[in-house]
Amino acid sequence: MSDNTEINPDLDTTTRPAPVIMPGHTFKSVTDKIASIALGRRTPMGWIIGFGISFMVFMVMMYTLGYLVMTGVGIWGNNQPVGWAFDIINLVWWIGIGHAGTLISAILLLLRQDWRTSINRFAEAMTLFAVACAGLFPLFHTGRPWLAYWMFPVPNTMGMWPQFRSPLMWDVFAISTYASVSAVFWFIGLIPDFATLRDRAKKHSAKVIYGMLAMGWRGSARHWHNYETAYLILAGLATPLVISVHSVISFDFTVGIIPGWHATIFPPYFVAGAIYAGFAMVLMLAIPIRRWYGLEDFITMRHLKNMSKIMLASGLIVAYGYMMETFTAWYSGNQFEDYMIKNRFKGPYAFWYWTLIACNVIVPQLLWIKRFRNSIASLFTVSVVISIGMWLERFIIIPVSLHRDFLPGSWGMYSPTEWDWSMYIGTIGFFVMLLFLFVRFVPMISIFEMRTILPQAEVKEAQ
Amino acid sequence: MEKKGLYGLIAEFDTPTDVVNAVHKAYDAGYRKMDAYTPFPIEALNEALHLKRSKVPLIVLIGGIVGALGGYLLQYWASNIAYPMNIGGRPMHTWPMFIVITFECTILVASFSAVLGMLALNGLPQPYHPVFNSPRFELASRTNFFLCIESDDPEFDERKTREFLEQLSPGKVSDVEH
Repeated sequence: MSDNTEINPDLDTTTRPAPVIMPGHTFKSVTDKIASIALGRRTPMGWIIGFGISFMVFMVMMYTLGYLVMTGVGIWGNNQPVGWAFDIINLVWWIGIGHAGTLISAILLLLRQDWRTSINRFAEAMTLFAVACAGLFPLFHTGRPWLAYWMFPVPNTMGMWPQFRSPLMWDVFAISTYASVSAVFWFIGLIPDFATLRDRAKKHSAKVIYGMLAMGWRGSARHWHNYETAYLILAGLATPLVISVHSVISFDFTVGIIPGWHATIFPPYFVAGAIYAGFAMVLMLAIPIRRWYGLEDFITMRHLKNMSKIMLASGLIVAYGYMMETFTAWYSGNQFEDYMIKNRFKGPYAFWYWTLIACNVIVPQLLWIKRFRNSIASLFTVSVVISIGMWLERFIIIPVSLHRDFLPGSWGMYSPTEWDWSMYIGTIGFFVMLLFLFVRFVPMISIFEMRTILPQAEVKEAQ
Repeated sequence: MEKKGLYGLIAEFDTPTDVVNAVHKAYDAGYRKMDAYTPFPIEALNEALHLKRSKVPLIVLIGGIVGALGGYLLQYWASNIAYPMNIGGRPMHTWPMFIVITFECTILVASFSAVLGMLALNGLPQPYHPVFNSPRFELASRTNFFLCIESDDPEFDERKTREFLEQLSPGKVSDVEH
């Protein structure tokens, strides 16, 4: 972990208004506060209600998937010329949301941003659940999800191999690598905390389950030595990975020649968009969680403000992306590119384009003003607006580019069916349901890392 | 198979500074087979215990090289030898198209090497370890810091070692049974 002596000046409340952890905490109070949420015998009523509602929404998704498998992808609104619509919009939207988790856990770790400590665990959980939701869309869009293993290089009696030159195969590898690496990164971070829960649990069943998950972790200095090295290396590996994943997703579009897709700005613009949407989601989750579970001491205003600043910065990169898209369309002198951008501005979906600009470019500028950054309600609202805006961005890029391609004879319109909506809303239920399970059974803040940022954790020079 | 008798003597400390100082003194007193148990990583202990550099980076490097070569060769073999597809007479060995998957395979295998390598070097999962028999050891994952000197250290002598630890942490030394 990072050098404690560097961290502790931040705890001086006289120099900084909002510390990363409120003063007065001890190893015991931090441990008890976080662990008791997972080990508490009584499940709060609010949890049961929230879980119940999200479970019902999740069932909407399961019903949709059941009907989809029985009937076929024809129940969705995508058809010629718009072959990609909600399925790909939602894939990109969910994956993008997931990226903030890796950014917080890996990139901010390498940059020694100690404020990441209290938000990295649930941001990583958010990543995993978002990737799980994302993966469902392309899987079921294949039409025959039981043959999805054809996309993996598995020797088979047909003697066939995947087409590795296709960006869609790159996607398969990028997303499955991302999901696997995020899962092990998350699990490794949890091992010492599972040991804490094992040692603190009173119920035998909890002791056994957490004990198995902790794998016999005993906090040995020799173990910590390897552990810290491995954790840092994983962060180093996850950093280029997260950049690559959204770049690869953007290749799904840029390698195609559709006007509105075929642009070199896409990889950085997609990565910035992912971070933008992801931090909006982290804020949308952190704000209610810290309130409901009384974690204001650990997730302080400093965290919320820092996240809003990252959101503002990545939002400006996204805004630059929109400007460059427009500029290149004009500068290319290509009539199809030129028509594409005019169609966005004034075509049948123009309302949604301008809504996107309002959500992603105009509203977030409020974050320049300190008063809005200091207000939890406005941070939450801006985050919701950005999430909607980022969804609309993918809507504009995908179906709106497809509905008017080169030949006017093949133009068409796209509108989603109720099954598109039920699938999308259902995955939100799935995501929220997984988050409810996570906050109930797993320590949602990394306990051992919280101990390291306490002033008591400092080793004074030997006498 | 089951060992009998004393695994070692364990002393409890309240602060990270105390345990680091204790390890320094124990090392100076000639003890080598010992380990500290702490609720969070303490870098100063690596130095105090004279730990060698971790082997995890080497394992990750090997994993990364295996992943990169494996990923590239898989694609080369599948698209040039096992299932060649001539697309408009373009060259078969389309290496730029293979870079993305090669990169992803590198990260995948390197990451799993880091995780599995770390677990293997630490001997985890380990269902049983004698140190858990000592009283109050459950605090090692929460608030307290422990130093255990193992009985198979050549310098270990039950009486002398106990006295040595007592003087570092009075009243908080206990036996660790196998």
